Amino acid sequence: MTISLLANLLTEPPGPAHYMTVGAVMFVCGAMCMATKRNALGVLMGIELVLNGANLNFIAFGSKYLNNGGPDLGLDAPLIALFVIVLAAAEAAVALAIALNFYNNHDSIDVDRADQLQG
Amino acid sequence: MDLTPATALPKLLAAAWLLPLASFVVILFIGKRLGPHGKWAGYVASGAIVSAFLLSFTAMFIVWLPNHELPVAHHGDHHEEGDHYDAPAGADHHHDSAMIGEPAPLASHAATDSPFQLVALQEESHADEHAAAEGHAANPPPTYYFGDWYALGQFGNLKLTIGYYIDALTVTMFCMVTLIASCVHIYATGYMHDELHDPYHDHEVIVHGHHLSRPGRFHRFFQYLSLFCFSMLGIVIAGNVAMVFVFWELVGICSYFLIGFYFERHSASTAANKAFIVNRVGDFGMLIGMMALWASLGTFAFGDKQDAKGQTLLTDSGAIAEPGIFSQLRTAENGYRLVPPASMIAEETRQQPAIEAEDAAAGKAGHWLLLVAGVGIFCGCVGKSAQFPLHVWLPDAMEGPTPVSALVHSATMVAAGVYLVGRFYPAFSPEALLVIAIIGCITLSLAATIAITATDIKRVLAYSTVSQLGYMMLALGLGGWIAGLFHLITHAFFKSLLFMCSGSVIHAVHTNDMTEMGGLRKKMPITAYTMLIGCLAIIGAGVPLTPIGFSGYFSKDSIIEQAWSHAQTNGGGYWIFLVMAVLGASMTAFYMFRLWFMTFTGAPRDHHKYDHAHESPRVMTWPLILLATFAIAVAWPAFNLTRVLEQAQPVGTAAGGSGMLIDDLVVPAEHLSHAPDIKLRAGLAAFGSALIGVFGAAVVYLWGYLNPNEIKQTFKPVYTLLWNKWYFDQLYNVLFIRPALFIGKQIALFDRGVIDWFLHSCAWVCRGVAGIFSTVFDRTLVDGTVNTLANWTWDFGLLLRNLQTGNLRQYVFFIVTGTVFMFVTASVVRFFAFS
Repeated sequence: MTISLLANLLTEPPGPAHYMTVGAVMFVCGAMCMATKRNALGVLMGIELVLNGANLNFIAFGSKYLNNGGPDLGLDAPLIALFVIVLAAAEAAVALAIALNFYNNHDSIDVDRADQLQG
Repeated sequence: MDLTPATALPKLLAAAWLLPLASFVVILFIGKRLGPHGKWAGYVASGAIVSAFLLSFTAMFIVWLPNHELPVAHHGDHHEEGDHYDAPAGADHHHDSAMIGEPAPLASHAATDSPFQLVALQEESHADEHAAAEGHAANPPPTYYFGDWYALGQFGNLKLTIGYYIDALTVTMFCMVTLIASCVHIYATGYMHDELHDPYHDHEVIVHGHHLSRPGRFHRFFQYLSLFCFSMLGIVIAGNVAMVFVFWELVGICSYFLIGFYFERHSASTAANKAFIVNRVGDFGMLIGMMALWASLGTFAFGDKQDAKGQTLLTDSGAIAEPGIFSQLRTAENGYRLVPPASMIAEETRQQPAIEAEDAAAGKAGHWLLLVAGVGIFCGCVGKSAQFPLHVWLPDAMEGPTPVSALVHSATMVAAGVYLVGRFYPAFSPEALLVIAIIGCITLSLAATIAITATDIKRVLAYSTVSQLGYMMLALGLGGWIAGLFHLITHAFFKSLLFMCSGSVIHAVHTNDMTEMGGLRKKMPITAYTMLIGCLAIIGAGVPLTPIGFSGYFSKDSIIEQAWSHAQTNGGGYWIFLVMAVLGASMTAFYMFRLWFMTFTGAPRDHHKYDHAHESPRVMTWPLILLATFAIAVAWPAFNLTRVLEQAQPVGTAAGGSGMLIDDLVVPAEHLSHAPDIKLRAGLAAFGSALIGVFGAAVVYLWGYLNPNEIKQTFKPVYTLLWNKWYFDQLYNVLFIRPALFIGKQIALFDRGVIDWFLHSCAWVCRGVAGIFSTVFDRTLVDGTVNTLANWTWDFGLLLRNLQTGNLRQYVFFIVTGTVFMFVTASVVRFFAFS
């Protein structure tokens, strides 16, 4: 099933499915990055990847060209994407402040050393 | 005001009855605050009883007498032929005959095959100079007013009520009781003045080497006295046996309070207990009698249900709607003779045709039941009226204050027994009457002998009371209904007078012992001469064969006449009743004048006490003078006391009766005792015996021809026997008290040894089982489960704790794997569920 699905992607003209595939790959990469990076900044980058993977989906679903006149999200999709970008920026600002403080305390931004919250 | 008897009498007498109760309640709640040391309590109680007395007299002289014509006089010396009950006063009985029907035709009397036929024949043969016996076959029911105030309960057809039964006897008793109680109350306000002091010093009680000092109990005394009067009046007005029993017990408890008034004195509290317990013995018999009646007749009521006008209620068929005891036992169809109704004969006996043929055999069962009921009720009277063998409590009751003795011995408690015999008379079978006569005869002679040797002034009077009560019972038992109750009324006056005189003497010399008195006549003349009047009245002083004499003369003579008539009718061993009555009269005269001579004449035996003696205050002497007047005059024919009593003569008893179980026993009709020859002989016998008694007393104690001490020595064994009261107390001690104590001890041992042991074992076993439960079930199972659960929760918590590592990358990994896991699970479920 998966094989035929991939084959369809290669033969079909570009549509939301292609964008979704790229978004999914970006999402998985981001998630892998978050789970494996010990550097806090690396983790932040992983978060950006995850968010942008999701944003890609919104944009793809919002484009009337890709949907061929079918139902789409219209202007809502780019707006949600914009909100996500704004939130990501705010989150990055907060996270950078935490990272700076953490560095001041521990001389490092290794997230594995931030385990004071353990039960 | 409406003065119709049917409406006025219940109201007047109920008011007279309830006034002492009101006084009791008032003194109960605020007695101590009534004046200094509760002094006004005496006025409250006296006021209540005097008002009750005025109401009773209103009932008697304004309501009863003007509305109820007295029966034709046939008492007295000139007994004329044809002057009999066969012509009952018309106005008096008009509605009775109208409502219940004419008395049974004379012919039916002779035609029936009842044992009463025998009476008729015997009456004829014995009383030749009298009119034909049929004339006396029956007197109709007396006029009475019967009704209920309050229904306590109804069980099917059986009703328990608080009601009234008012006839001439009730009204007379009300007047007598309230009059004497008024005198006693007024006298007691003087006599009990010591109790007004705080503290009161009781010289007969030593506590820690000192005389007892306690607060005065003046108000308490009058509180009990009021309740006592209320209870006695309750017995008199009671309309049914159950109500009688209630007030019977109330009288008992009042006597307990009053005899034990000085309860700090051991003798007083013991005497109170004794009076109460001995009375319980009698009441036990009374309960049996009541059960026999309740079970067989289905009612306790004396009279028949009446309408508002005092007329008997009839059903449509003309039968009595709700017949009472009396009209069930003495029906008009049977000519008012005592015949056990069908309900008294056992069911199976009634239904067996073989036995039905033999009427006599079938009737016997009912007669036995009647005997049980009669003797049972009489048992209660034996207790209350201190008859042999329950006479032992009355002399001990002298421990109470003297006014109480005066009241108990004349108007209230002991009178109640005689009154109940009189009230219940229609239900007594001739055999029950024989029992009453025997008990009365034994009592009168026994008590009289003991009184001869007693030296305590009050005890002499107490035994005299017992003896006189024996006279009344004897008279009632021999068929002398009027004679017995007549003596009850006259005796009440002179006995209360005698007791109050003795109280006056005790008040003056502070001792009860006659051997320390003497010559007091000069110091206290009023007491001495009123007491002399009392003595003359009790011995029945009078001019024989003329209507001139003291009250006792009339009543005692009529008792002896009845005894004579009975002895003449029955002959044989029945003469003993007459002999004992005459001998008793002689002894009465002896001990009464012994008392008077020892107290008031001769030289003073104790000079210190003599010098101290003084006449009592006026509040005490005025009641004495009043009572002395009554003691002289109350029985005079001019005052018609016997004719008033005759209005209440129980239905059918004027005809006498004959034995049901003992065939040759005949209870003679009362009017037969007025035959001139009996009257002559009885009058002379009574006079002679009294004269001998007085003469004997004078020889020994006034003129001193014989030395009492020498007589004592000569008759030492007899004297010792009498001095120790025939050893009755000792006998009862051996017969009842010791066995009771012994059995009690055995039962206590059984209780401790067996029952307690058993209970303790049970408890021990229970504790053991509970212990096992505690360790096995509770500690292990329940606690174990709970603890295990707790441990699991704890361990699970610890397990979860490990998940909380604080490692950011791990969390991300968990989130991702979790999401993937959920996604996969959802996909799989979706795949299998919808494919």
